[in-house]
Amino acid sequence: MRLKAFSRLLFLATAMLMAGLASAEYQLNLKPAKTALGEAVYDLHTLVMIIITVIFIGVFGFMFYAIFKHRKSVGHQAAHFHENTTVEIVWTVIPVFILIGLAWPATKALLEMRDTSAPDMTIKVTGYQWKWGYEYLDDDVKFYSSLATPRDQIQGDAEKGEHYLLEVDKPLVVPVGKKVRILTTANDVLHAWYVPELAVKQDAIPGFIRDTWFQAEETGTFRGQCAELCGKEHGFMPIVVNVVSEDDYKIWVAEQKSAGGAAAYDPGKTYSVAELTSAGEAVYKAHCVACHQPNGSGMPPTFPALTGGMISTGPIANHLDIVLNGSKKNPMMAAFGAQLSDMEIAAVVTYERNALGNSLGDSLQPGEVAAARK
Amino acid sequence: MSQSVLKRNRETLRKLVVVALLMFGFGYALVPLYEKICEVTGINQVVKPDTVVNTQVDKSRTIVMEFDANARGDIAWELIPRERKRTVHPGELVHVVFDLKNTTDVSVQAQAIPSFGPQRAGLHVKKLECFCFTQQEIRAGESRELPVVLVVEPTIPQDVHTVTLSYTMFEVGGTQEPKTAMRPTGGNG
Amino acid sequence: MEAVHEHDHSHDHPTGLMRWVTTTNHKDIGTMYLWFSFAMFMVGGVMALIIRTELFQPGLQVVQPEFFNQMTTLHGLIMVFGAIMPAFVGFANWQIPMMIGAPDMAFPRMNNWSFWLLPPAGTLLVLSMFVPGGSAGVGWTMYAPLTVQQGMGMDLVIFAVHILGMSSIMGSINIVTTILNLRAPGMTMMKMPLFVWTWLITAYLLIAAMPVLAGAVTMTLTDRHFGTHFFNAAGGGDPVLFQHIFWFFGHPEVYIIAIPAFGVISQVIPAFSRKPLFGYASMVYATASIAILSFLVWAHHMYTVGMPVEAQLYYMFATMLIAVPTGVKVFNWVATMWKGSMTFETPMLFAIGFLFLFTLGGFTGLVLALTPVDVQLHDTYYVVAHFHYVMVAGALFSAFAGVYFWLPKWIGKMYDETLGKWHFWLSIIFFNLTFFVQHFLGLAGMPRRIPDYSLQFADFNMISSIGAFGFGLSQLLFLYILIKAIRSGEKAPEKPWDGADTLEWTHLPTPAPYHSFETPPTVK
Ligand SMILES: [Cu+2]
Repeated sequence: MRLKAFSRLLFLATAMLMAGLASAEYQLNLKPAKTALGEAVYDLHTLVMIIITVIFIGVFGFMFYAIFKHRKSVGHQAAHFHENTTVEIVWTVIPVFILIGLAWPATKALLEMRDTSAPDMTIKVTGYQWKWGYEYLDDDVKFYSSLATPRDQIQGDAEKGEHYLLEVDKPLVVPVGKKVRILTTANDVLHAWYVPELAVKQDAIPGFIRDTWFQAEETGTFRGQCAELCGKEHGFMPIVVNVVSEDDYKIWVAEQKSAGGAAAYDPGKTYSVAELTSAGEAVYKAHCVACHQPNGSGMPPTFPALTGGMISTGPIANHLDIVLNGSKKNPMMAAFGAQLSDMEIAAVVTYERNALGNSLGDSLQPGEVAAARK
Repeated sequence: MSQSVLKRNRETLRKLVVVALLMFGFGYALVPLYEKICEVTGINQVVKPDTVVNTQVDKSRTIVMEFDANARGDIAWELIPRERKRTVHPGELVHVVFDLKNTTDVSVQAQAIPSFGPQRAGLHVKKLECFCFTQQEIRAGESRELPVVLVVEPTIPQDVHTVTLSYTMFEVGGTQEPKTAMRPTGGNG
Repeated sequence: MEAVHEHDHSHDHPTGLMRWVTTTNHKDIGTMYLWFSFAMFMVGGVMALIIRTELFQPGLQVVQPEFFNQMTTLHGLIMVFGAIMPAFVGFANWQIPMMIGAPDMAFPRMNNWSFWLLPPAGTLLVLSMFVPGGSAGVGWTMYAPLTVQQGMGMDLVIFAVHILGMSSIMGSINIVTTILNLRAPGMTMMKMPLFVWTWLITAYLLIAAMPVLAGAVTMTLTDRHFGTHFFNAAGGGDPVLFQHIFWFFGHPEVYIIAIPAFGVISQVIPAFSRKPLFGYASMVYATASIAILSFLVWAHHMYTVGMPVEAQLYYMFATMLIAVPTGVKVFNWVATMWKGSMTFETPMLFAIGFLFLFTLGGFTGLVLALTPVDVQLHDTYYVVAHFHYVMVAGALFSAFAGVYFWLPKWIGKMYDETLGKWHFWLSIIFFNLTFFVQHFLGLAGMPRRIPDYSLQFADFNMISSIGAFGFGLSQLLFLYILIKAIRSGEKAPEKPWDGADTLEWTHLPTPAPYHSFETPPTVK
């Protein structure tokens, strides 16, 4: 009997798989939650899994008993019953009670989950194709957060780092133990803000705001991803939340305000090509690299090459115009005027002209960008 | 098949086709139905003036009103609330101002869509005057003050302490739509 | 009913290709549905393998993200509308007239049209990959406003969905009419085989749900090209509205796929247990209540869009309620096996596989019904695992059971029992290898529809991809078994299955003649 030998082999393989899973520490369950609400969700999941397992074993215990005992090959004669009102009522009513038992904790957790009242702070999260925008409504801090994993890791040209695809240039920073209310919206299509360990997932809908909340109970770095299909880079817009002590949070906010990120510049100063080029690299990686590629080769004809490109090596005013206002001819080139600061635009334009295989040597000053905006 | 069966078949066919057509219509009927449900539950705000039922100021409660604004599309414009936050009493008349700035060199036809967080609060915040009631034409380089007058009704549920009013400004029939419409989920290299 | 045998068929059928193009015979049309469905199953399967190849390890190796998105979209649409649904319509065509003692379907000409709409629709779906910009990369759910950004491929997909919907509606009208009006004398509603009952209920679901989908994609089309703003906030619309309309169709759609599968299983299990189906009446009522409930729970697919909490509570309770009639069905099947005299030929193996794994998928459905848990698991691989347990281990395994069960009746030859068993064991092992580990991925937080993932997900994805290839290759064995049976199968006995007791086994010779029941049998 080849089949018998085969099924024995199968049994062995399954046993080995189970042993393997048990020995190596695989993540087989929800990740342990870092919020009280997350714990409630975790417990609810455990409860429903216990109920399911018990019913499963019960029902299929009967089935496998029947399969082994009530088979023709052991000479079992078929009975002829085909209904039993009592039994049928029992197995309709008992599940109803089990479900009521489940609905109770589920309702409690749900009401808790949707209670966004009395927050300690509010952060607006905006989904963009393909990055996140964060705006602290109480502290007046605002920035974009995009994938920091280098493209060569994704293409397999470099070894993948520990936090491959789950690392960003600027993480969200929040204080521990505070109720953080998240308002979500989106710029273009649907996105969803999802951080498993904080038990948060909320769709971001263009034109409308939605709210959710979390209150982290320990400090640490928590990583998540966009959970709603939003186009080609959907898999490449991670979320990183740094939960820090309240003091550290205050220091961080102060830093943000004084530095103003790359947005601040000294209006009296003339920046050198080198300064702008080095500042521009980060901007390029955050906003341009998905289409124009790390080396500037683009994907012609849709996404033209910047290396030796018509615009990136042409008059600098045209170059500035297309970055600021988008392209009139090629609808794929978006306007970045609203997203990037004067300094960032000056830096990225200079970078594109003096890196990626170009070396024009000219530069754009942030003041000129401000002037071009009128 | 006998005539009587054929006749019955045609009759059944007729009924089922009517059902199918009605269900197609029902798909479309879901559109106004959804709008109505959203209006009743306060999910989406209809863009028209509200009438206030009760203007009795309730000094015993305070509500934190947060203001937020977004300007969409690939054009350089800004919509900013002049103040981020105001603490108000239910029943009190609240005046707030949003600043709209068009930094492009073309004039823009714009429509703002309001949205509330939490959504159910929207039912109890009445807008008496709002720039979202009409389309706005903003000329090239123009800055404009956009006023909103609203009342938080005393009927607002007791457990609501913070209400966010968020506006999203869209360009009407502008360059935004064809732009996004033609942007493919392009290549990555 | 004295004149039923005056059926106006001509006995000089065209031969060759034209026979198939012009045929109005329910058996021919059933055969074409089944082969079409198998072809689409192969096409959708290749797409699944492209997806699993890309996901074999982290990084982008084989395809680009936009093509990956097109693959997930087309895989879903082709499997749901091109493979699973036509397969069961194929069963309906072959079996319903024979099981109720009717000479053919009520509208044979319309039957021909509803089949011949399918190949153009399938072609459109495949063609959409080759237009500029490629096919739609929006997921089979086609959520707005991502659909507005797509190229011409999106329009082709929309047209394909229109045509597929048209075909389904026509097929369903035919089925309802046949069942209501063409039953043999004495075949009362409550004497109909359960397979017929499930199809009657399914056909009503289709007639009610498909037009709503047609409406949703039409609105998408006009939003794209004709300046409407159904789903665009800028014009006063709302993207979330699309999801409501889609899932108003989409949830019944799940049962449109599952309920005929229940029907097949309800024929197979009694036959191989040599014992009548336990609780026939309660099976009918449970199926009907599942169908009605399916129209009342759609927004449980939308727990994260930010509905009012009252609505979430309602959808949670209503969804949990579906567990009751579904439980009744499972209990009834087990009770049918209880104290039977079972044998385990391939159809029975697939039926047991169905019972075991579909129940597992039902249980994860209960987990997902709980809103707070679903918020964690929504749009992750947990959901992917869940619906593949329902769609593959549920519907597909049931279809396999049906093919092995009825093949002797259809072609008069037996399939190779040993190979059939191999097909079952390979399928069930590789199926679980592919999809069981996806539960773990989802619990750990891996979103669905991503072409690349972080390193923590690497091992389970590799296992899943290996399983997928095994599963795909196992289906080539199925094709071989079919061809072998058709070409050189042993002659089937008149009644190969002891316990089969429906009209096609008791009143018709094997294989079933081209025209059957031209004089209706009398059912006692
Ligand atoms: Cu996204």
